Parts: sequence; structure tokens; C-alpha cells
Amino acid sequence: MVIPANPSPPELRSTQKVLEAQNLHLWRGDRHVLQGVSFRVSRGECLQITGSNGAGKTSLLRTLSGLMHPEEGQVLWNNHNIREDLQGFHADLAYIGHEPPLKIDLTAKENLHYWIGTRWALKPSDITESLERVGASTWSERPIRTLSAGQKRRVALAGLALMTVPVWLLDEPTTNLDREGQSLVGTLIEEHLERGGLAVAAIHHELSVRTTALRRLELARE
Amino acid sequence: MSDSIAQAATAVNGSFSDRARTPRSGLTAATLALTRDLRLAFRKRGQLIQPLVFFAIVTTLFPLAISPELSRLRDVAPGVLWVAALLSSQLALEFLFRDDAQDGTLEQYALSGQSLSGLLFAKTSAHWLLTGLPLALMAPLAGLSLGVPVGAVPGIVASVAVGSVALSLIGSMGAALTLGVKRSGALLSLLTLPLAMPVLIFGARATELAIKGESYGAPLELLGAVAVLGITLAPLATAAAVRVNLE
Amino acid sequence: MAWTWFHRLGSPPYIYSLAGRLTPWFAWPAALLMVGGLYGGLILAPPDYQQGDGFRIIYVHAPTAWMSLMVYTTMAVSAAIGLIWRIKVSHAVAASCAPIGASFTLCALVTGSLWGAPMWGTYWEWDPRLTSELILLFLYLGYMGLRSAMEDVQRADRASAVLAIVGVVNVPIIHFSVTWWNSLHQAPSVMKFDRPNLPASMLMPLLMMLLGFTLFFVAILLVRLRGEVLSRERTASWIREALSPPMSDRSVSGKPISGVRP
Repeated sequence: MVIPANPSPPELRSTQKVLEAQNLHLWRGDRHVLQGVSFRVSRGECLQITGSNGAGKTSLLRTLSGLMHPEEGQVLWNNHNIREDLQGFHADLAYIGHEPPLKIDLTAKENLHYWIGTRWALKPSDITESLERVGASTWSERPIRTLSAGQKRRVALAGLALMTVPVWLLDEPTTNLDREGQSLVGTLIEEHLERGGLAVAAIHHELSVRTTALRRLELARE
Repeated sequence: MSDSIAQAATAVNGSFSDRARTPRSGLTAATLALTRDLRLAFRKRGQLIQPLVFFAIVTTLFPLAISPELSRLRDVAPGVLWVAALLSSQLALEFLFRDDAQDGTLEQYALSGQSLSGLLFAKTSAHWLLTGLPLALMAPLAGLSLGVPVGAVPGIVASVAVGSVALSLIGSMGAALTLGVKRSGALLSLLTLPLAMPVLIFGARATELAIKGESYGAPLELLGAVAVLGITLAPLATAAAVRVNLE
Repeated sequence: MAWTWFHRLGSPPYIYSLAGRLTPWFAWPAALLMVGGLYGGLILAPPDYQQGDGFRIIYVHAPTAWMSLMVYTTMAVSAAIGLIWRIKVSHAVAASCAPIGASFTLCALVTGSLWGAPMWGTYWEWDPRLTSELILLFLYLGYMGLRSAMEDVQRADRASAVLAIVGVVNVPIIHFSVTWWNSLHQAPSVMKFDRPNLPASMLMPLLMMLLGFTLFFVAILLVRLRGEVLSRERTASWIREALSPPMSDRSVSGKPISGVRP
């Protein structure tokens, strides 16, 4: 079920950088999780996915990222099916799932060095700058094991900020964050949109993003 | 109006490439994956020697179970060394991908835009450096305790080193397949051991010839062939299995 | 036209009814061939020069050994098709093959052991072929074990498909290594399973049994496949019509069926 709040302005439709879902149907076991989901997200737009637990938000994000295969329908990136060049699509994609993807025995700096560094060449100053941005400087040299859930989430955000890719898929990015952290998420997404990126985010509550750039999609349970 | 939109579009397009950094080559990415795993392993140094201790214990079981006579032990030494090596390398396999699967970093590898088989091959190589290679260096000691002549040491090291490469690769497939299974230890062995039997056959034969002082080139070459086949094909199967379990 | 037929093969209801209709066409010829083959082998064919009547077990052992390998290949091929083209029925075929193949392998091992016992004096020898059969049995058990350990059927299908493909690549390697191993040690008595110069009176029943077992396999596969399809599709709407009992048995369920599964 699609309930678009604000349709995208007509001028932006013709530019590059469009992520499109066409009639996605997904079954998990006997459950019809995605029942014909369709939408277009263009550059500068953020699509907020809402819905109760078990409505399929995570499954939708995983299908958009190519991790899950829909039984019907397809995901298009710039009008090409992502399956045609999945590796190329992934080079344009940043996906952050429920849990921050961090090794607990490494420090925040080391995690970012390996996680983001596997994709791009990073200077050490890039990493320290990003950690400072999210307020992690004071505890960036401690193993992740010693950090709270909110601190881990901030480290993940620091990693996200380092990923210069057009597509952001975020699954509950504000979990465990305080109010300041939540507005940080909003700021990061806004900056990303201003750079011409697009984002699809499953978020429960209000995103502090300009309403002109924000659209909503509510997933209903079966 | 459309001019300014076009200008804005170019500016916006451009701003991604300003900040865009150089993508990593596949080789560098794989090297980073390797060094990451090595660094992680050394943070938990205590766990590194467990397979080696297990190996020592298992080789000790046989004299206790069979006989303290070195002449008898020498006869069964190839078999004992290889069965012990096989079982020891199984130990660490369960955890090859488990942590990464649970904390989400395996998923990030699959979504990194880099070749997943390359990254997983790097992880398997790290596993071999931490398990197989030490076993190959320890095997001669166990062999000596079973009455094996000193001249056999190079042969034992060579055969266990090459064989453990194949074992790590075969094991990585099993570990990837059983990612979705809780307490997969027994199932992992059930899947991996039949596939590892050729390695056992060739490796034990090479060790046996080395102990007898004969030329062990032929079985060692066969062992090498299996290892090369493993290097070529196993990462593909491992990546496929990981993707299945990430769905 | 041909494409439509192929596409319909991927549809569970179609496969369910097709399998049901085809089964007798395989089952009856299989029965006839097996009876004929057994008659020819056990009664008509002359006793072996060396082994007397004991060798007659070859009429069961050789076909089952052959089938154990053929079924594994079939399983791997249909699993690969399911994996690459994402056809669910293909996975159901692979799942149905496994227990049949394992049973054939077990038969081959038992008959092989019984065959060798009079000559060896023991019920087991590490004969290369028997050893290969034993390892094949482990491969089957591993496949079935992986399937049963994974709760999500789709994942179990795809993971076991990867395993089956890896297994089928390994079977020649295992066979080669076991034969090599056996040849090194001049094992006491190698079973003569060679059949290079079998006279027609022995060859005919053997071929009949082989063909009979193949048709038997297909018939049993079709029956198992129907069961597999039923189990996988149990919530789909077409099941009710396919299994339609009289009206009085239909129970009302409150849950709406939200759509036909592709």
C-alpha cells in the first residue's frame, strides 16, 4: 500500500539518479510481506518508510539493496535493473541495517578504517574529522565493546558520512540516539540530499528534514 | 527557469564527484580484509592456540589408546597426524564467518561493490595463516613424538601446509553454508569431512612416504592440484552460500 | 508454444497434476522390466564360472550403484536450475531426489557387502567402489542434514543447491582419490565387478534391471514430488480445489488468502 504524502515536483523527474521500485512482491515463508510496492525516489528526495513492526520495512530495504530477491517486480537504478550490474549498483550504495556494522574488538577509528577503507582510499584525517562531527572524538580509541548503544550508533553515522555515494538506504538510523543524535541524523540526510543524493529510510518518528524533500510511504501488514 | 535547473543539476552532479574518493582496487580491499581478520585474531590471542593445543591432545590420545612402542606408532603416524590435523582445522571453522554474520560486517562486504569471493578468500587466507600454517609447523613435533625420523620433517611440513590450504578452502564453503544454523558444529563436520577425504588420502600418503624416506613428490603434487582447484572454485561457492544466507 | 509448456512446468498446480498422471506410465513398465530382469538374471542366466550363484546379486547391486550416482547428478542439476533461474519446482525435485538416492546408495552398500562376504570372509572390505559408495552416502546425508537444519525452506533450498553442486564436482575427485589409494596398498581381494565380456544372457537381464530401476526412480520421484509440492504450497488456494473432498469436509477459516503464490 502506498500513501505518498507529497508527490515529487515535476522538474526533478527527468534528471539522473532515480531509484525506482516497480510492483515489488516478496514472500517470506507463507507471509506476503511486500504486496506490490512501487515508488520513485529522485535526487534530493528522501522517502520515509513507516509501518508497524513486521510490516516489511526491513524487507523492503533489503530488497532495494539487492540482498533479497522479490518474487515479482524489480528495482531500477537510473532506469536499469539493479540485477544487470549488481556490483556497480553497490558501488553507488550505502546501506546501514538495524545494527551498526562494527567489530567489537576494534576501536572506532579502526572500524572506519576497515569498513569504509575497503571501499575507498581514506586519509586518517578524514576519519578523525568524521568522528569529530558525530561527537565521538573522546572515545574514538576505545574498543567498540566498551561503548554504549548510542555511541556505537554514532560511529556508524560517522561511517555513513564518509560514504560519498548517491543512494542511502537506512534502517532505523535513529535507534538508541538522544534528541541531539536524532537531529544529527536529520542534518546528515539533509546535507546528503543537498549534494544531490537520495535516501530511503525506515524511521518511526519525525525526521528533521525539509518537508519539500520528504515523502512518506506507509507499509501495511498483510 | 530551465537554465537555472540545468546549472543546479550540474553543480549538484559535480558536488558528488568533488567529494568522491578513489575507489579501492579489489586487491587492496582483499588485503584490508585479511589484515583486519589478523588484527582481530591477535586481540583475542588466547584463542589462537586452541586448535594447536587440541592437535597436541589428539595426537597424545593415540599412543595412550594403542601402545607406547615407537615402532608401532611410526606405522600409524601418518594417519594420526592427518586425522588430528583435520579435526583441529575443523575447530576454528565454525567461527570463520559467524561473528561477521552476526554483527553485520559480512553484509557490508556483500554490499561493498567489491568482489565478495575475493573478500571471503582473503578471510579464508587469514584463517589458514592462523590455523593451517601453525599446524604445519607443529605437525613435525607431534610426528617426532610418534617415532618419526628427523629426516621426515620437511615432508611433513610441506604436506600439511599444502593440505591445510585445501582444508581451509573446503571448510570455508561448509562454514558459509551453515551460517544460518545454530550450533552447527556437527553438521559442519558432516558436510566438510567427506569433501576433505581426497586431501586426507593424498596428504597421508605424502607423509607416509616422507617417513619412509622415499620421494613424496607424486602425492604432494596431487595435493597441490586439489589446493589449486580449491583456490579457484571454493571462493565462488563460499560467496554464493553467503549470499543465500544473507537473504 | 514450447516456451509456454516450459513455463507451465514451473507452476506447482500444473506439476502436481502432471506428476499424478505420469506416475502409472513409469510405474508399470518399471515393474514389468524389474520382474523380467529378475527372472532373466536369477533363473535364466547361467551361473558364473568362478562365483557360482553368488554373483547373481549383481543384478541388484550394479543397477542400484549406478542409480545412486545418477540420482545425485539429477539432484545437483535440478538444484542448479532452481538456484540459477529461481524455479521453485526445481528445488522441490532436488529435495525429492535426496532420500531416494540415499536409499539406492544404502542398497548398493548392503548388496555389495553381501556379494563380497563369501569371497572375503568378512562383511566389509575397503574396496574402492564400496568406499566411494560410502562417501557418496555421507554426501547424501550431509545434503539432507543441511536441509533439515534450516527452517526457512527457501534458504534451505538455495543453500543445499550450492552444496549439491559442490558435491557433484567433488564426486569424480573422490572417486579418483579412493581408487588411487586402494591401488597403492594391494588390498587382499579386489572384487571383480568388471563386466567387459558379459555374454548376452547375462547382459540382457542387467540392462533390463537398469532400465527398470531408472523408471522406478522416476515413478517414485513423481510421487515424492507431489508430496513435496503439497507441503510447500499448503497455504495456497489451489490446494483446496486439487484435494477437494465433499462439501461437508470443508472447514471455514477466518484467514483471507491474500493472493496466489507465484
